[in-house]
Amino acid sequence: MNIFSLEKRSAIPPLLKQGRASKRRVSNAGFLLLSLLSVAGFVAAIFINRLFPQIAEVKISAYAIGAFPDLSINQAYQIVLGGLILLYIGIAVFSFFDEARREQFIKRVPFRFAIGLALALWDVLGTKLQSLPQPFFPGPAKIIESFLMEGPYIWQNTLYSLRLFAVGFLVGVAFGVGTGILIGWFPKVYYWVYPVLKITGVIPAVAWMPFALTLFPTPFLAAAFLIVICAWFPVAFLTAQGIQSTPKVHFEVARTLGAKTPYLVFRVAIPHALPQIFTGISTANAYAFTTLVMSEMMGQPGGLGYYINASKVWSAYYKVFAAIIVMAILFSLIMKGMGMLQNHVLRWQRGLVK
Amino acid sequence: MSKDIVLSIKGVDRTYVDEDGGAVEALRGINLDIKRGEFVSIIGSSGCGKTTLLRLIAGLDAPEAGSIALEGEPITGTDPHRGYVFQQGSLFPWLTVEKNIASGLVARGVYREQKADVARYIELIGLQGFEKAYPHQISGGMAQRVAIARALINRPSALLLDEPMGALDSFTRADIQDKLLELWRKNATTMLLVTHVVDEAIYLSDRIVIMTPRPGKISEILDVKMEHPRHRGGPAFLSLRRDILEKLNLASAAPQPEYII
Repeated sequence: MNIFSLEKRSAIPPLLKQGRASKRRVSNAGFLLLSLLSVAGFVAAIFINRLFPQIAEVKISAYAIGAFPDLSINQAYQIVLGGLILLYIGIAVFSFFDEARREQFIKRVPFRFAIGLALALWDVLGTKLQSLPQPFFPGPAKIIESFLMEGPYIWQNTLYSLRLFAVGFLVGVAFGVGTGILIGWFPKVYYWVYPVLKITGVIPAVAWMPFALTLFPTPFLAAAFLIVICAWFPVAFLTAQGIQSTPKVHFEVARTLGAKTPYLVFRVAIPHALPQIFTGISTANAYAFTTLVMSEMMGQPGGLGYYINASKVWSAYYKVFAAIIVMAILFSLIMKGMGMLQNHVLRWQRGLVK
Repeated sequence: MSKDIVLSIKGVDRTYVDEDGGAVEALRGINLDIKRGEFVSIIGSSGCGKTTLLRLIAGLDAPEAGSIALEGEPITGTDPHRGYVFQQGSLFPWLTVEKNIASGLVARGVYREQKADVARYIELIGLQGFEKAYPHQISGGMAQRVAIARALINRPSALLLDEPMGALDSFTRADIQDKLLELWRKNATTMLLVTHVVDEAIYLSDRIVIMTPRPGKISEILDVKMEHPRHRGGPAFLSLRRDILEKLNLASAAPQPEYII
């Protein structure tokens, strides 16, 4: 994952590394060819956009963006494709020197090629011929127009969503881990709190929306509260389970080594529960995305959900798609970050669980 | 009481209630004194209470009657003065070999002062190069060596070993037995080993305690008067082996040629 962890792993004798060795080796020339194939689809999409005649009557607007005084939406679309090409060339160069990364890169070549072709087809059907029902399915260039038109506004709404997510999710996870530990450790807390958790946990958080909106002074706090409770449940539930399933022998070992209660909780039970805590966190993550967008669509002054709702009113479906693309990228990045954190914290499990 | 008695067990009883509500006498009237630096093995069939006795000494369980004292102090709970090595799978899977061994120091809050001991104990068990490996990356034999080092790093007055080699193949077993003897000699730690393997008990111990089940009690204590290193096939070894097998009612059924000298 990073240089630091590679260094650490190399302290383990080579015998233990077997099974990590790659199965298939690709020659340098072969790798170059596959890298080219990887971007060939996007190159084709650029050519289609440039050369395919504009048959349907579609207004191709132009915008003054930074250094470009007259940037048409087709040109912007081509720039985006060019950006993707550069991105994948960059990844190819980066992967060139590492056998494992190479393999990873090669595995995805057919998919990337197909994505390029799919974009080209969409361009033809959505913009050039406009044979898809309008205004529901605009072409890719039209969607990019949203960013040219009101990029800063979309960015502002993205930040609003991000802030709401961060506050709600982090507080929810912290609460979840806290209550989970208490439920898992103290039988009394288990008796009184666990049934409450079980009953309230299955209620979709947005059902509390009417109460949240009246109980909290601002819509932001109301939505944050909903995200907190939707993240709280799975994290608390799985943390409690992880703590309770700690093998007795681990506690006994610790006690014979002279450990007191804090050690038993923080250095035995919690480390043992960590894999389950992370399972809870990923579940909470998915719930939190849903709750975030739904609560934004139901009464927030900003956010991507709000942007979708506001655009829908004007039948600006290309803006709806733009917001969906931003969500896809944003949520994938959050998931990716979470996955990296999990891999790092649970590195002791590497090779243990497949 | 003599000054060189480290561990003194007097009249210990322990009864369990089984699943059907019946009482099971795990231990009845156990008396045993263990001298400083002695290597004592407790042998017996399963259910004779040998592990129960070890758990009582560790403080993981309490007796109903009688008393157990370490260096004259009665045992009331777990304490790092009595190290305990469990059967298997007792290493913390989330800690590296190094951190597992250090966990005794961390638990007692003396890690910073005694950090240097960790490297010393890794060397003592011959696991240099595996410091950063996680338990699932090393073999069962290595894992038990780590468990022994982890218990020893607290410098206990007595090390309690609960069939630590029970799950190992005979080659690894022999290897760990030699390691144990080496550590015993170097550290002069009092060792108390629970086992069901007669050869192991003879190979390692100064005294062998034979226990019989229902109720669990000590039937005999044998002295092993042989110099180390002991020859596993020597005449004294084999004759003692036959004696013990007879006492455990294992040799009587059909005399095997290998028991005849």
